Amino acid sequence: MGSDCSSAELHVLAVDDSLVDRKVIERLLKISCCKVTTVESGRRALQLLGLDGEKSSVEFDELNVNLIMTDYSMPEMTGYELLKKIKGSSKLCKIPVVVMSSEKVMSRIDRCMEEGAEEFLVKPLKLTDVERVIDFILRGDDKNEKKITTSLKRKTMMMHEDFDSSSSQSSSNWEQPFQKRPKIAQN
Amino acid sequence: MQKQLAKMKQSLFDQGYLDEQFIQLEELQDDANPNFVEEVVTLYYRDSVRLVQNIEQALEKNPLDFAKLDSYMHQFKGSSSSFGAKKVKTECTQFRDHCRAGNADGCKRTFQELKKEYATLKKKLEVYFQFARQAGPVEKACRPK
Repeated sequence: MGSDCSSAELHVLAVDDSLVDRKVIERLLKISCCKVTTVESGRRALQLLGLDGEKSSVEFDELNVNLIMTDYSMPEMTGYELLKKIKGSSKLCKIPVVVMSSEKVMSRIDRCMEEGAEEFLVKPLKLTDVERVIDFILRGDDKNEKKITTSLKRKTMMMHEDFDSSSSQSSSNWEQPFQKRPKIAQN
Repeated sequence: MQKQLAKMKQSLFDQGYLDEQFIQLEELQDDANPNFVEEVVTLYYRDSVRLVQNIEQALEKNPLDFAKLDSYMHQFKGSSSSFGAKKVKTECTQFRDHCRAGNADGCKRTFQELKKEYATLKKKLEVYFQFARQAGPVEKACRPK
């Protein structure tokens, strides 16, 4: 079952206030051949990324992160607020950010996507969700394509609502948001 | 022994204690990490003790702070669904509905149910994992796509 991890490893910073969820996402990422750092809060994440306004130590400066996955609902600083701080920083704005939430709230999703999130994943996470995100990051898709497909994704998500209940196997997340458009996304 | 383990698991699913997410986590186990799900569940029960206590204390207040209770339950629901605790998750949802309706009695009643399901699942999983350890690792040909 061990995946072939011979290719270069992505370093992912996972932010979640839930101990259980941190354990799960760490495992999902390690299986997907990623190096993982987990933290329990946005504030801690910003510290590691060198954005906390205080002088970071040398080792923190060298923390090279290729992807940030953050929970949305966290005390003190939400995932959305963390996303804004990252995208508002000249130093960190290029790091892709994925937001995760157990609640599929359209306005929340829109807000995150508009703020520059790469994806919005609905919990509980499955391996296929993580693999899809990693694939996307590794392939480094064109940013423009993401902007164009944001509204399509919204429509796709809304259509998925009807299909989700009928199929117990279907993922509660979007199916292939970038690689190929789902057949149901007509119009 | 594998057959008995599979039957045990099937029974947990049939009775609605667990859902698909449990399988998703089992799929992440390998020779190097054969007890991952057991570790997650152990962590969950240890970590949620504090949360249960917080909710109990909050339910003793008068009037109830529904927003706070809802927030606690959101956390509870989240970690419960992360490993597929279906019945517990259902009670969490029910509790949150009562919070939103401002139904104090409903909250208290549902919380009693939740604690029952939470405790029952713990016992059942303890048996399951003990059996799983004895049965040994399952050979997986390939992970289904």
